[in-house]
Amino acid sequence: MSENKQARTVLREIVDSVYRRAWEAKERGEPVGWSSSKFPAEIAETLGLAVCYPENQAAAIAAKHGGQRMCEYAESMGFSNDICAYARISLAYADGAPCEEKPVPQPDFLLCCNNICNCMTKWYENIARMRGIPLIMVDIPFNNTVDVPDERVAYVRAQFEAAITKLETISGKKWDNKRFDEVCANANRSAAAWLKACAYCAVKPSPLSGFDLFNHMANIVTARCKPETAAAFEQLAAEYEQSVKSGESTWHYDENYRIMFEGIPCWPVLGSLFKPLKDSGANTTAVVYAPAFGFVYNGIDEMARAYCKAPNSVCIEAGVAWREDLCRENGVDGILVHYNRSCKPWSGYMFEMERRWRERLGVPVVGFDGDQADPRNFSEAQYQTRVEGLVELMAAANAANSAQ
Amino acid sequence: MNEITELLSEMSDIAQNPDMRLAACLAEGRKAVGVFPYYVPEEIAYAAGFVPFGIWGMQGSVREAGRYFPAFYCTVARMGLELALSGKIDKLSAVIMPSVCDTLRPFSQNFKSARPDIPMVFLAHPQNRKEDFGIAYTVCEYRRVKAELEGIAGVKITDESLADAICVYNENRAARREFVRLAGLYPSTVSALRRAEVLKSAYFMDKSEHTRLLLRINAALCALPHDPQPGVKVVTSGIIADNANLLDIFDRYGITVAADDVAHESRSFRVDTPIKSGDPLTALARQFSEQSDDPLLYEPDLDRRGRRLVDLVLNCGARGVIFIMMQFCDPEELDYPNIKKTLDRASVPSVMIGYDQQMRDFGQAGTSLEAFSDMLRTRLQ
Ligand code: SF4
Ligand code: SF4
Repeated sequence: MSENKQARTVLREIVDSVYRRAWEAKERGEPVGWSSSKFPAEIAETLGLAVCYPENQAAAIAAKHGGQRMCEYAESMGFSNDICAYARISLAYADGAPCEEKPVPQPDFLLCCNNICNCMTKWYENIARMRGIPLIMVDIPFNNTVDVPDERVAYVRAQFEAAITKLETISGKKWDNKRFDEVCANANRSAAAWLKACAYCAVKPSPLSGFDLFNHMANIVTARCKPETAAAFEQLAAEYEQSVKSGESTWHYDENYRIMFEGIPCWPVLGSLFKPLKDSGANTTAVVYAPAFGFVYNGIDEMARAYCKAPNSVCIEAGVAWREDLCRENGVDGILVHYNRSCKPWSGYMFEMERRWRERLGVPVVGFDGDQADPRNFSEAQYQTRVEGLVELMAAANAANSAQ
Repeated sequence: MNEITELLSEMSDIAQNPDMRLAACLAEGRKAVGVFPYYVPEEIAYAAGFVPFGIWGMQGSVREAGRYFPAFYCTVARMGLELALSGKIDKLSAVIMPSVCDTLRPFSQNFKSARPDIPMVFLAHPQNRKEDFGIAYTVCEYRRVKAELEGIAGVKITDESLADAICVYNENRAARREFVRLAGLYPSTVSALRRAEVLKSAYFMDKSEHTRLLLRINAALCALPHDPQPGVKVVTSGIIADNANLLDIFDRYGITVAADDVAHESRSFRVDTPIKSGDPLTALARQFSEQSDDPLLYEPDLDRRGRRLVDLVLNCGARGVIFIMMQFCDPEELDYPNIKKTLDRASVPSVMIGYDQQMRDFGQAGTSLEAFSDMLRTRLQ
């Protein structure tokens, strides 16, 4: 790592190296896995297995405008256009659809964890069947209470152990507790540094554009167990600290308003998402990914408990509390909600969350319809109007506040 | 013949009037709990003295539920919530809410937000349900469900009462399976609609009463001579297939449902509870561990569901499969391409009909089903 490279460059290189290592492993004839984003990455990392992340790959393909083509390919395979676009893109890729945007090695085994959604289960089953490869399933049921009951932790932990045994067979490597402790320490260090970096959104004006955090998500998903990721996040936090001191920001526009962006961005149309925000000086200073991925734990039981708390596996009380804390800490004036056509578990209780935020935070909330990866489900005109509406409401609230 | 007609029309009445059934049940001094899909161990509620009422949405339009769900969710959830918001389930003592798909997750949260006054007994089934740790976890979940229901009912559920409930449910499952078989043999007597109504009525009755009526129907059907118009036999597959307009089309074109792979129907009564295995909660957990052949459930044997569907078709003498695809049901949608391919490979024709509970116009479904039944008849000749 070069001293004078900026953290964001280092972070991008780390993600690139994850995929490069996967290609190298493939060339050496070693098994390569595909993993869901909240499968306990610590397990494969401990065994030194190369792993790719289909959600991250799909996001990259979508951002490079390959989403619609891949989705249509999956639809020609018989998959409904109702299915999550990440799943469609991934199924198309696994079937051999041409894809220049983000090629990754085809998988030799699959690591599926349904804490974020059950869509994963059938998506990965399909790929396992198509490619004739083993599927390791860690099932983490939805939580209706804020606390995770001990029985559930025991169930998840037992599955970790079963997964380890299966992966030992696949990899031909032996589990090493010492190595596992190191990997966990790295993951904890990455998470703590990630949280620290995200926390700079609270500074007014913010030293960063909150959309940067969406880009760094790739690291927390694909490389959170690597020491270089932890170091790069620490560097990122240090850079933000420096920016605060020097009054700089990666948000190069006015910061008239500070908003929370709820949901995954629409990757194919990032420019369109960004435009009305920068035009009106609305910086994103809160995204739910920070608490969702920045978990720190001690030991395998706590790790099991931590993986039970994924964005779409927690009850509404926990989901609302995460966001409320973020909005309060980060001084948010309004909330923009992405009703993501792809993500049923996420979008399904947002109307109720909206009501709770309005009541408890007293900030305006506006939603728009979109999709994280299928551009056909996004309307620029609607988005533009909704953002304008939000800005008007925030302006009115600010005016009322200053009149008091 | 008269006895069958009378019994069928009695059950049709029940299926069409859940509100009246609930009122009657409460008037008799019984209490009722609502049961959302899927795989709820109703036996526990029954052992607590409740009459479990199934809530699988309803036909109509989504209105109030639109304040909770965006439009891209299935009507099983949206109309289920509509029922809760329109006051139709106010008299239930509680509801039991599973969370096995991505729509039921937010549904559970919407329900408790929309109706905090109705106790919601939440249930999170495991997907890794077959291993010992999965069974142990299911037992824990069921134990919590039991404790919550005991609290609501103000009674203690004994092992004996639970074992008795399991027997009642096993008998009912057996009777429903036999009815499905017989309905496939006597379509002139049991129309597709009547068949669905008899099965649906089970959701609004004490199961022992349902069994009593069903055994009479089954016995009467067994006594009939061969049906001279057996129709063209099919297997139906999907979440729910109870729409009268849709089933009328089956009857119009002589399509006989010889067996089904429908969640609201056979998927819910395929597996009995092994009562001899000691602790009744463990027995119920074992029953769940045996569930398979369902897109809602993780299936380590990747080809199993397709294979079993082909077997089902062959074993009941069906000629094809009709998929009734619930709109916005991603588990079904994700499983469909492979199942379709498996059927194609086995030379079993199939057709897919899109469906949701707000649907009024079945013109297109009629055209597809007419063409499908013609095609099956031609192949037969
Ligand atoms: S977007 Fe939602 S449905 Fe799609 S993979 Fe992610 S969590 Fe699952
Ligand atoms: S399984 Fe399908 S029909 Fe049933 S609740 Fe889930 S999405 Fe709706």
